[in-house]
Amino acid sequence: MKFRSPLRGPWLTSVLGVALLAALPLVIVTGLLDYVAYGPGQSIPGDVGLLHLPAIDWPTRPSWLFRLTQGVHVGLGLVLVPVVLAKLWSVIPRLFAWPPVKSPAHALERATLLMLVGGILFEIVTGLMNIQYDYAFGFSFYTAHYIGAWVFIAGLVAHVVLKLPVARRALRTRSLRAELRVPTTAPEPVDDGLVATDPAPPTMSRRGALALVGGGALFVATITAGQTLGGPLRDLAVLLPRGREDFPINRTAAAAAIEPTATGAAWRLALGDRSFSRVDLLRLPQHTARLPIACVEGWSTVQDWTGVRLRDLAALAGVPSPGSAFVESLDAGPFGRATLSAGQVLDPDALLALQVNGADLSPDHGYPARVIVPALPGVHCTKWVRSITFRDA
Amino acid sequence: MVTLAQRVGAAPAQLATLVACLALAAYAAFFLLGDPALLRMLVWFAAAAVVHDLVIFPLYAGADRLLTAVLPGPKVNYLRVPALGAGLALLMFWPGIVRQGEVTHLAATGLDQEPYLGRWLVLCAVLFGASAVVFGARVGLRRLRA
Repeated sequence: MKFRSPLRGPWLTSVLGVALLAALPLVIVTGLLDYVAYGPGQSIPGDVGLLHLPAIDWPTRPSWLFRLTQGVHVGLGLVLVPVVLAKLWSVIPRLFAWPPVKSPAHALERATLLMLVGGILFEIVTGLMNIQYDYAFGFSFYTAHYIGAWVFIAGLVAHVVLKLPVARRALRTRSLRAELRVPTTAPEPVDDGLVATDPAPPTMSRRGALALVGGGALFVATITAGQTLGGPLRDLAVLLPRGREDFPINRTAAAAAIEPTATGAAWRLALGDRSFSRVDLLRLPQHTARLPIACVEGWSTVQDWTGVRLRDLAALAGVPSPGSAFVESLDAGPFGRATLSAGQVLDPDALLALQVNGADLSPDHGYPARVIVPALPGVHCTKWVRSITFRDA
Repeated sequence: MVTLAQRVGAAPAQLATLVACLALAAYAAFFLLGDPALLRMLVWFAAAAVVHDLVIFPLYAGADRLLTAVLPGPKVNYLRVPALGAGLALLMFWPGIVRQGEVTHLAATGLDQEPYLGRWLVLCAVLFGASAVVFGARVGLRRLRA
């Protein structure tokens, strides 16, 4: 195979590399934060040894915290896809370099490169499939995406330590500002593999190539950011499931096998040994809060929720200063239960919501009652609640 | 005289970094031992790299060679740029466009995947159309100046 693009060279590769080096840590840290946000004992996968950020009590303020961290994780991850593809394009001649292994250390480096390239592509593919609800891979998304991330991180650290000095040298050979001002097409000086020895005639300047990659990132941002930001931008997220509705449903009542009889007049909320009908709950003091709900898949929406404060329910249950609350749903699925921390129960905007935007919750949004807590991962805002157990501190 | 570093191919600090990073990856993978889907994960991990390097790259590089052979010079970009945008969108949003995962999509969202193919085609039309407009405007301007 002969690589003939006159654009390939250590300078271009280094520019793309530095862009990724600036952005990827944000994707990594927000992803690791999400693991912590699920709360102790509820993160998936369960046992990861030392491979997690220190466990913290996930705060409820600012209320858009999870919307921000997960929006950045998914949104920036998507925007980087064209940059990653361009970076891989820029170094592809190295893949076919001969001999494949020059020394024992080189063999180790190639192993770390497989971790790096396989890792980032694996994270992109599983992440993209997850936000589109395609589980053709047949393994746990959470486990694979989390462990895969650590394999990628290991590959990335090795690559940065080994290549940062090389990139620094390469970046000094040309000025980025000058390249952006004047289009140039002459190949970089021939090196040991990236620069074509027999280049094809140029069809695009270096500046054009950078604009193409940046434009690709902007294009992806345009057709994806709406799932997180909402508003008029949501309509531009034309290829994403969460661009289609301003108040998306996560898991329908039908999918959760919620029987209409179980949520009708016979429904009761169990609080310890007391039980409340929906009418009972509507007679309690109602509180309205405008809060975002954000999903691990990066999408979010802001709505006006009305219901009973969780701390009022805790007082009614005889546990006015609870250490935690265990919420159970009529949904028997994996996210049919969640444990909330004391801070999450006691926040003045933490609600057992009965209504949204002034109307009763729809069956798909959790009728007769659902939890909504500021900055709580959406999947823990349990729908179709049947019991809450407040536990002493 | 050949030093140990030359024989191994790296300075001691570099070698230590490589070994430490491989150890970190091995430690991470350790938590997958006993997972019945471990083999599937490994296959998808390797396939992600192999499919990119040996299928997707040759496909787009080959298509680009054809395109530049037919349309030499910078003019090729009026086709290349929208084609890359359309290809990128197809690649990223493949599941919806080819309706893969219809059941889980419906269970999660209450919606089917019917609109995505049409929307992608509209997106392609917009990208190629915009490129054609830019091309037309540039040719027109040049004629006006001449």
